[in-house]
Amino acid sequence: MQSTANDTLTNLDTAKKLGLLPEEFEKIKQILGRTPNFTELSIFSVMWSEHCSYKNSITWLKTLPKDGSRMLAKAGEENAGLVDIGDGLACAFKIESHNHPSALEPYQGAATGVGGINRDIFTMGARPIAQLNSLRFGDIKLDRTKWLVKGVVKGIGNYGNAFGIPTVGGEVFFDECYNINPLVNAMSAGIVKVGETISATSYGVGNPVYIVGSATGKDGIHGATFASSDITEDSAKDLPAVQVGDPFQEKLLLEATLEVIKSGAVVGMQDMGAAGIICSTSEMSAKGEHGMKIYLDKVPTRQANMLPFEILLSESQERMLVVVTKGREKEIEKIFDKWDLNCELIGEVTDTKRLEYYMQGELVADVPAYDLVLGGGAPIYKREYTEPAYFAESKKFSIDQVQEPADINTVIQHLVSHPNIASKKWVVEQYDSMVGTVNMSTNNPSDAAIVNIKGTNKAIALTVDCNSRYVNADPETGCAIAVSEAARNIVCSGGEPTAITNCLNFGNPYNPEVYWQFVGAIKGMSKACLKFGTPVTGGNVSFYNQTSNGDKTEPVFPTPTIGMLGIVDNKEFFTSLSFKKEGDKIYLIGKSVNDIASSEYLYSFHKVKNSPAPAFNLDYEYAIQQGIRKLIQGKHIQSAHDCADGGLFITLLESAMPNNLGFDIVCDKTIRKDAFLFGEAQSRVVVSVSKEKEEAFINLLKKEAVDFSLLGEVSKGENSIDKQKIADTKELKNKFDTALANCLN
Amino acid sequence: MKFGVVIFPGSNCDQDMIYVLKNILKQEVVELWHKDTDLQGVDFVVLPGGFSYGDYLRSGAIARFSPIMESVIAFAAKGGYVLGVCNGFQILCEAGLVPGALLHNNNQKFICKNVFIKSQDKNTLLTQTIPQEKALKIPIAHGEGRYFADADTLKKLNANGQILFRYCDENGAVNDTANPNGAIENIAGVCNEGKNVFGMMPHPERAADAELNNTDGLYLFKSIIAMVTA
Repeated sequence: MQSTANDTLTNLDTAKKLGLLPEEFEKIKQILGRTPNFTELSIFSVMWSEHCSYKNSITWLKTLPKDGSRMLAKAGEENAGLVDIGDGLACAFKIESHNHPSALEPYQGAATGVGGINRDIFTMGARPIAQLNSLRFGDIKLDRTKWLVKGVVKGIGNYGNAFGIPTVGGEVFFDECYNINPLVNAMSAGIVKVGETISATSYGVGNPVYIVGSATGKDGIHGATFASSDITEDSAKDLPAVQVGDPFQEKLLLEATLEVIKSGAVVGMQDMGAAGIICSTSEMSAKGEHGMKIYLDKVPTRQANMLPFEILLSESQERMLVVVTKGREKEIEKIFDKWDLNCELIGEVTDTKRLEYYMQGELVADVPAYDLVLGGGAPIYKREYTEPAYFAESKKFSIDQVQEPADINTVIQHLVSHPNIASKKWVVEQYDSMVGTVNMSTNNPSDAAIVNIKGTNKAIALTVDCNSRYVNADPETGCAIAVSEAARNIVCSGGEPTAITNCLNFGNPYNPEVYWQFVGAIKGMSKACLKFGTPVTGGNVSFYNQTSNGDKTEPVFPTPTIGMLGIVDNKEFFTSLSFKKEGDKIYLIGKSVNDIASSEYLYSFHKVKNSPAPAFNLDYEYAIQQGIRKLIQGKHIQSAHDCADGGLFITLLESAMPNNLGFDIVCDKTIRKDAFLFGEAQSRVVVSVSKEKEEAFINLLKKEAVDFSLLGEVSKGENSIDKQKIADTKELKNKFDTALANCLN
Repeated sequence: MKFGVVIFPGSNCDQDMIYVLKNILKQEVVELWHKDTDLQGVDFVVLPGGFSYGDYLRSGAIARFSPIMESVIAFAAKGGYVLGVCNGFQILCEAGLVPGALLHNNNQKFICKNVFIKSQDKNTLLTQTIPQEKALKIPIAHGEGRYFADADTLKKLNANGQILFRYCDENGAVNDTANPNGAIENIAGVCNEGKNVFGMMPHPERAADAELNNTDGLYLFKSIIAMVTA
């Protein structure tokens, strides 16, 4: 192909500016058999960016367990994982990051993250029914952090609320490692009848190709490339790389898309996220082993005189690419017209396996689809990794180095008002958590969010979990803990852990110590997912989460967020975390450990930053969860709540608060009191048992050989530890509920 | 009884309302598309919650000009029953079918949570069978829900028994701390002078399914059905 007046031939300099490596530029020339023009080079640069190609992670991602009897689509095959939940229904679910845009423009960055993840779900034909998010910010005292928190939360809220899907769960965590680079991970889950899904594919020579939804503007150009480099002081110049969201268009697109799929006239469909038209045309064509001719001047644009590469790369939101069976164009057009959405015929399917883009009759780019995509010709790298010095250092920690505080009340006051522990009410009340009338946890709080599948006996359980401090302390163990905690949350709520999606937030993969964290996390995730029988259905990798300050680079804590789906086969098993009645017995399932490693208590009260991951054994964890499962299915317990951030004390308080009850407990004298109350050793669950069921409860645990111990009794609102009175629930709840608002206002 | 639930582009509580009326209360329900003008002979029109037309201008400001609203306005003028919930209430205010306006919440944030409301009058279709002293737990979910009316209007509303609900605490006490959005006189819902058009910010349809462990909203729906079937 000849270069045209509008489009000059490129050189290595241009390639570098677009984020390509010299060897990648050579490879592109080889593939094309000539030097690419600027449009073509831009195409390769976004498709081969880390964000689209997973070039530095795919080798390790392939080692994750992907098989399971319930899997209907394997990781990477479709836009989201697809899991058979029985009754002829499937759940499509996925988590994705929007970290880099949120660091620059928190409101739009977070909003479009929500939009993008929901499109991944409904482009498959599934109606989203629940959303979650996992957020990490820097030191809450900083003005920048407050600005980010307020913007991100408003962005998620305004988009998700208008879109009309409830936000049912999530996590918010603060640590100075996220000062510059916050993490914004959004998850969505949808339901579809088995066999009624639509694939992101394209075939059938002559079939028309449509672009539907919003017009294409100049926003988000090179967004994928932007997301594949470090955040620096200069990043603000990349503001046009941030997309702008319109939840109203998304809502219309949802309804129209599901209606169009029902018509049976759709061959394949994919939403436009990262890398816009180029990504959807190439991925669909590569999958269907066909080609496309696309006429870029037919694409509805927001601005006049957009250049071919701008139209191709634009990441304007709320758009879909739809391939339709020839002859059924009118049916499709009618449905989009009903919803007042653009629906433009922009091209057709060919048998060339090439993507030919035309502008005003002129061929402006001609590239092979297969060579652009992950699993095709996109580069794959093996990165080296080395263990960082801090890892050996942190293992030297011993609890004996820390003096036990004279008065535990100071610790209690510190923890209940710490932003990592305190109620996230200030955040979650800005999200519509009840639209759709499926959120069963609204009036019965539970460890995992329980979402009703109306008209069946079933519900699904959803949770997002990752304690990145643990992962930083020990990537392999920490990530296994993240999976285990997710599973524990689901089991405690009465569900069966079924599958996971992951959002892997790490620093720069070219830093061997960062890559060591990545490899460790993958190994830990594999081990834990195999143990729980929860295959990995997909997700997303976000590297380059770090701050460059002059020569110094600080990666964020390695943060492999786990989004887990569970199935509650019978809604009768749904178990909440709240104490129900004064006089009920409180038991600990699992065992107390003389351990405070990596706890919030050690980290923020004693300010000891380096310590190993908390005590954890995967087989023991599994046994405890099996015990809880049997207790729930035998209807032996009134409540179940796992011990997590803040330790046993916070677990007790969280169980006491919903019904304004309290607890009188005694400590295990064989370990330190601070370890007993505030340590974060894993595999522990606090349950309450009515007096009538206590005997059966004990018999079952003995028979199953599950560790347990009596902690005490549910009180009517006053609390005591070893017969010593401490602040009552009402007082603590007030602190717990207002702490975050006090920090932010 | 035949209900009609209007669907605007951007409505997102329409299906929740339909589920309660049809699946839980076993009533006949038809969907009324915003581009249509035929009310299909319904006895009762519901304007559901959501973000009609995106609500980018002012909540409800565009929806009130839709073709279906012309018919709803004519229906109400003839004494037909209309209930607007949340965005539906905002649309009713914009259309002038109920008095007052809904302003941004006083904390300038969207608020979604369970609140308590208390019925203020037994002489309306919506409230006639609700126990007067009971604090009903009904969720709110809105950014613009702060009810406002001028002094004269308020006087009239109070005198005519047009105030349907006020926000209260769980024991039924109407006070400032129980007011989630700064609504004047804690007003959560009002009706027109003819007592056939009702608007309220809280979502009764979100508190009507035993599977969600809160059915306080059923008091309202049963009140409606009781009168018409009586």
